[in-house]
Amino acid sequence: MSVAKRVIACLDIRAGKVVKSVRFVDTKDIGDAIEFARRYNDEGVDELLFLDINASHERRRTAVELAARVADELFIPFTVGGGIASADVAGEILRTGADKVAVNSGAVRDPSLITAIAERYGSQACVLSVDAKRSDGTFEVVVDGGRVPTGRDAVAWATEAVRRGAGEVLVNSIDRDGTKLGFDLEMTSAIAEAVDVPVIASGGASSAEDFVTLFRGTPADAGLAASIFHYRELTIPDVKRALDRAGIAVRPAEAFRSSQGRG
Amino acid sequence: MIAIADYGVGNLASVRKAFHAVGHEADLVRDTRRLRDARAVVLPGVGHFGHCSREFHRYDLGPAILDARARGVPILGICVGMQLLFEGSEEAADAPGLGLLAGRVRRMRGVPRLPQIGWNEVAVGGSHPWLVAADGWYYFVHSYAAEPEAGVTLGTTDYAGERAAIVGSDGILGVQFHPEKSGPAGLRLLRGFAEAVA
Repeated sequence: MSVAKRVIACLDIRAGKVVKSVRFVDTKDIGDAIEFARRYNDEGVDELLFLDINASHERRRTAVELAARVADELFIPFTVGGGIASADVAGEILRTGADKVAVNSGAVRDPSLITAIAERYGSQACVLSVDAKRSDGTFEVVVDGGRVPTGRDAVAWATEAVRRGAGEVLVNSIDRDGTKLGFDLEMTSAIAEAVDVPVIASGGASSAEDFVTLFRGTPADAGLAASIFHYRELTIPDVKRALDRAGIAVRPAEAFRSSQGRG
Repeated sequence: MIAIADYGVGNLASVRKAFHAVGHEADLVRDTRRLRDARAVVLPGVGHFGHCSREFHRYDLGPAILDARARGVPILGICVGMQLLFEGSEEAADAPGLGLLAGRVRRMRGVPRLPQIGWNEVAVGGSHPWLVAADGWYYFVHSYAAEPEAGVTLGTTDYAGERAAIVGSDGILGVQFHPEKSGPAGLRLLRGFAEAVA
């Protein structure tokens, strides 16, 4: 036995994306996000990722408030990402009870952000989230929600980020994002083979079989999905059962069936 | 009162909230004099051993913890907080541990990924009056692991080899994983500790 492969649900709160119901702009929407988080927790999700706060001040406050409320009632690891541009903001989120922050465009613009977060809070608290797409036979880093190409090689960037202190890499394939064609095995492998920290694959999952294929075909440590879980096209137990049947180690259903035991 | 030694490290809030969720109040305590009133002391920690050790000593927690130990106040160490109870760590040779548990902390070698991040299965092999943990899945985040001397290990996990997951001796309990982030299994462990030391 070894560490279980993780199934991660992403609460994607980017304005204008498919997952409109959990886009959060005010306190009422935080309630919605908490509802989803609670459901995933009850279903036995291994981890939660909350994306994407905005760089603006009031939405950052919302993110901190959300993180604090999640930490009040859910006792599983969670990450907050999107728009984090300073170690101070990262610290504010981590102090509420979040386990990690994910940095993306901000780190591409200023790679010392990774070093600053890792030095202050530890590598384990700093996830590099890299959005990438195919370009002339390589994988190119794109920023600002996948819209702006940077000319940087994603494998080289992930390697540099890990050297700077990132403790985990989230690989989001823009080529697969929203396509339901399955995870991007090629891109995930290229990065997972280049770094020695855990790697999370994201983008394209639509079935439990996609998770099985991911863990059979790449060294990824975790698979992440958003909208398919939101719309119940697929549930966390579906994925775990399929992985278990395929002989892939997962945290089993019995481990989370009991109540959280308040009092 | 259960006192969570507050030396500014990451998982303080989560540990307090987890005790609260199982019906036990735990206070973050920075003033070492207040540790004298505690019925149990929790030593949290996450991240770099050297950083944690420096902060720990900067707040002068060493003598307070040793004093608590001498007075028989139960101590629970979590992750790097548990590692601090050992003699020292390869992660920071110049930063000493408390030496309350026999053994040292070393980098995990021959492992697929570092840090180990995720849920791993723990097999409990020893007993301890405050340990109410069944075998189960717990959340780990670490690159270094304690290599305790004989008799200190109470539970193990497998990450490219057997690793100490639960350790203890008379008056001390320590866990490498994060019970405050291990769902119902972790909450049961914290509740068990809180009730046993009440």
